[in-house]
Amino acid sequence: MGWIEILDRAEVVTDKHHIRGSTGGGEIRRAPNLVPLRITCLPNDQDKMFKLSDKILLLCVGEAGDTVQFAEYIQKNIQLYKMRNGYELSPKAAANFTRKNLADYLRSRTPYHVNLLLAGFDETDGPGLYYMDHLSALAKAPFAAHGYGAYLTLSILDRYYRPDLTRDEAVDLLKKCIEELNKRFILNLPSFSVRLIDKEGIHDLEKLMPVGAK
Amino acid sequence: MALSSVLQSESADFSFNIDRSFSFGCGFGQTDLGFGAAPGDRLNFAIKASLGPDDKDGPERKIEFLHGTTTLAFKFQHGVIVAVDSRATAGAYIASQTVKKVIEINPYLLGTMAGGAADCSFWERLLARQCRVYELRNKERISVAAASKLLANMVYQYKGMGLSMGTMVCGWDKRGPGLYYVDSEGNRVCGDLFAVGSGSMYAYGVVDSGLRQDLSVEEACELGRRAIYQATYRDAYSGGQVNLYHVHSEGWTRVSQEDVLKLHHQYQEPKK
Repeated sequence: MGWIEILDRAEVVTDKHHIRGSTGGGEIRRAPNLVPLRITCLPNDQDKMFKLSDKILLLCVGEAGDTVQFAEYIQKNIQLYKMRNGYELSPKAAANFTRKNLADYLRSRTPYHVNLLLAGFDETDGPGLYYMDHLSALAKAPFAAHGYGAYLTLSILDRYYRPDLTRDEAVDLLKKCIEELNKRFILNLPSFSVRLIDKEGIHDLEKLMPVGAK
Repeated sequence: MALSSVLQSESADFSFNIDRSFSFGCGFGQTDLGFGAAPGDRLNFAIKASLGPDDKDGPERKIEFLHGTTTLAFKFQHGVIVAVDSRATAGAYIASQTVKKVIEINPYLLGTMAGGAADCSFWERLLARQCRVYELRNKERISVAAASKLLANMVYQYKGMGLSMGTMVCGWDKRGPGLYYVDSEGNRVCGDLFAVGSGSMYAYGVVDSGLRQDLSVEEACELGRRAIYQATYRDAYSGGQVNLYHVHSEGWTRVSQEDVLKLHHQYQEPKK
């Protein structure tokens, strides 16, 4: 059993793409490694995944600047909670905390325009995936996606996802989604970083690089 | 240092009145164009530059001088090469050909300028102050990552309020050569190669095809110089001189300043 989070992000002006899926007992997340700037992209290895704790990852895409600032703010606050209280927030609590912060800023002068996916493994509840958008809507889901990429990949996830996927099957499902993006999506997303969360913590899987267009 | 040289008249006099419309100095004995103004007159013609939609008349108008520019920086085995052009434009008018677009933050950190001249030079000067405070408090030099984060956090507070700044923070710290791109949108990105400005895409073409990790210092300097030259060749808003800096473990060195026309003859000559 494994949670799969597939997260990819490509940005044209302010369009962002996130895909995330979770099934079973671990989470696999994927995010493309590029930072777009108008019509070029800045080559880099910037990570869009923020480690909130040993077993919680936050994927944050959206407006330039807002993403990093908001994600780091949440990250530091989660760590502060751990320091103050001696134990970590569960993924569910972290998701609700994040949502509350986003909601509080929503009607201020400086709302954060970010779309989020929060993934974590809880000792008692097992893996959990939380979808959050810039209007501060929160939903727990078996798989999720943000942005234009969602249009292409959600149906694949709908079709092939089962709650009892093995880890390898989950990675294959991810690959299916990436291949579809490679085939149909207008933006070229050259590489995706993938992470898996299970009861042992967060693991880096090998980067996925779709080869050539069909 | 760098700020004062921007303000002094080695670069163009930016302090004209923007609400005066374009005018010629027509008087008795003067030419139609006003360049024959009597000695002692400042150049005081102003241009109602057309800038973007919805701009109102008056001092609230944003004058963006340096968006038309080409600046680039890349890492290689011997450090970081920083190359910039030196043209400032106000609309279709070339305000200056001798602008210093590299700001010397401290002896081992450089910042480049693209976007609004005032925004870049002010915020990078403020960054220099913050870096110095860090040094005094912590008794060690600030890292490039921390310096760029300071700058990014400072400008993030003003996001959406009209700042225009696309800068690269380049330096050498205990992790080796460091290069970060920071802009007024809130982007802060680490990388090995960046080009910023209207001529950036032309520069990318040249550097991407010529960049190898094993370049010597000479070759890397020549690559940077050539990339800026090619950008000035194609981009109307870039030109003037190519200012080249090299950041190494001992700090930065100003390598050369060469006029683009001279480079043009140098490069085109052998082809004839």
